[in-house]
Amino acid sequence: MKYTEEHEWLEAEGDLMVVGISAHAAEQLGDVVFVELPEVGTQVTLDEEVVVIESVKAASDILAPLDGEIVEVNEALVENPGQVNEDPTGKGWFFKMKVSDASPLEEYMDEAAYKEFIG
Amino acid sequence: MNDLSDLLRTPLYDLHVELGAKMVGFTGYDMPVQYAGIMSEHSHTRARAGLFDVSHMGQVILRAESFDAVAVAFERLVPMDVRGLGEGRQRYGLFTNQQGGILDDLMFANRGDHLFVVVNAACKAADIARMREAMEPEISVTYLEDRALLALQGPAAEGVLAGLNGAAADMRFMDVATFELVGAECWVSRSGYTGEDGYEISVPADKSEELARALLAHDDVMPIGLGARDSLRLEAGLCLYGHDIDEGTLPGEAGLTWAIQKVRRGGGARAGGFPGADKVLAQMTDGPARRRVGLRPQGRAPMREGVELFAAATGGEVIGRITSGGFGPTVGGPVAMGYVPVGLATPDTEIFGELRGKRLPLTVTKLPFVAANFKR
Repeated sequence: MKYTEEHEWLEAEGDLMVVGISAHAAEQLGDVVFVELPEVGTQVTLDEEVVVIESVKAASDILAPLDGEIVEVNEALVENPGQVNEDPTGKGWFFKMKVSDASPLEEYMDEAAYKEFIG
Repeated sequence: MNDLSDLLRTPLYDLHVELGAKMVGFTGYDMPVQYAGIMSEHSHTRARAGLFDVSHMGQVILRAESFDAVAVAFERLVPMDVRGLGEGRQRYGLFTNQQGGILDDLMFANRGDHLFVVVNAACKAADIARMREAMEPEISVTYLEDRALLALQGPAAEGVLAGLNGAAADMRFMDVATFELVGAECWVSRSGYTGEDGYEISVPADKSEELARALLAHDDVMPIGLGARDSLRLEAGLCLYGHDIDEGTLPGEAGLTWAIQKVRRGGGARAGGFPGADKVLAQMTDGPARRRVGLRPQGRAPMREGVELFAAATGGEVIGRITSGGFGPTVGGPVAMGYVPVGLATPDTEIFGELRGKRLPLTVTKLPFVAANFKR
């Protein structure tokens, strides 16, 4: 699992990349009450806003961590946004993407580096 | 981020930190926004009881040779019936400006030989200055910096507080009384800002932590932060000053005319005589052009303060704005309040809010979203 400075995690699943937010980010956001997911088939570019999360406190954007195409979204979050808090790195995933340029991955942090990053 | 070094602390600051609160800057104070989480704190308050630190609010005593002398002077600042307020009773009030706009909302109580006033933290310096300017030297205006203010809210509040002093159970909604809690003289009112039954307790600062710990020791009581305080008051349809009401808002359009007793209205024995009376009373007679209403987004997305409102799904001018909005844990969905033209203020009217470039439907809804649970 790799992490961005935006507190997203990425994990390879076959030739796809699964994306979600870290447990630390989920805790900071508080209870998530709404998730707006992109449409399957959307082409996204690095740092483009792709997901909107609303917690009881505030709205936040999730940025595309890589260039590519959204091929699957976690529809379960629409009915059950609380999964983001309950299981952020498992059932709380947001989307899977087919990556067209994986080079930024090398810059992203591994688990140990991310832990240090969040202090 | 707020610069925490400049923030004031309430007497309960150390306790908040010990309880694991997430602290934020709020109206100049370092305050707990949440402990266990906003959702669980909110639900716990509705089901059992929550303890809130509201010591950042301003507690002020107005005193003269008699209560009535104070009341006469205070009626020049607020459109409420102060002289007719019985001993041991509290009322909700508003300071108005010359345009009839609301300068602050407040609670005031007849405590026998004096008037006890509680004002919002953000407005307290201006409120105190205004009261001094208008009333001194005939009336003494004393800002109490040595007392904390706690709110215990929820259906279990009576049982919990009566466990410390049985006198709590004898009070009705908006009664005030003086009695001892943990050996300290406390000024207690049966009121709050959550829509639930409960108490607000003014306690000497040096005994406030002991009182808070005694209340928290009860199984029914959880500490509650500002986050849940906001969602609770929003579901209860209560205004947050600076958001739902401000200097540009008159009581009539804010739906607060219930707080203006008959004796101060047109035709009443002491009609007018407060700042902006002509404008406030004219709006009550003629009806306002816009009104504060409850709004329920039809989808799941919360619509927060600032969201622009429209009459139709496409085209047209902005007709109003959301002034408070978020997720209502008890309602189980998004809730909001805002101002709309009176023609669109009828419950069940569909209007639209623009969220992230999309117009999404909302339904005008009668307030409160969650029925009040006061002990009348």
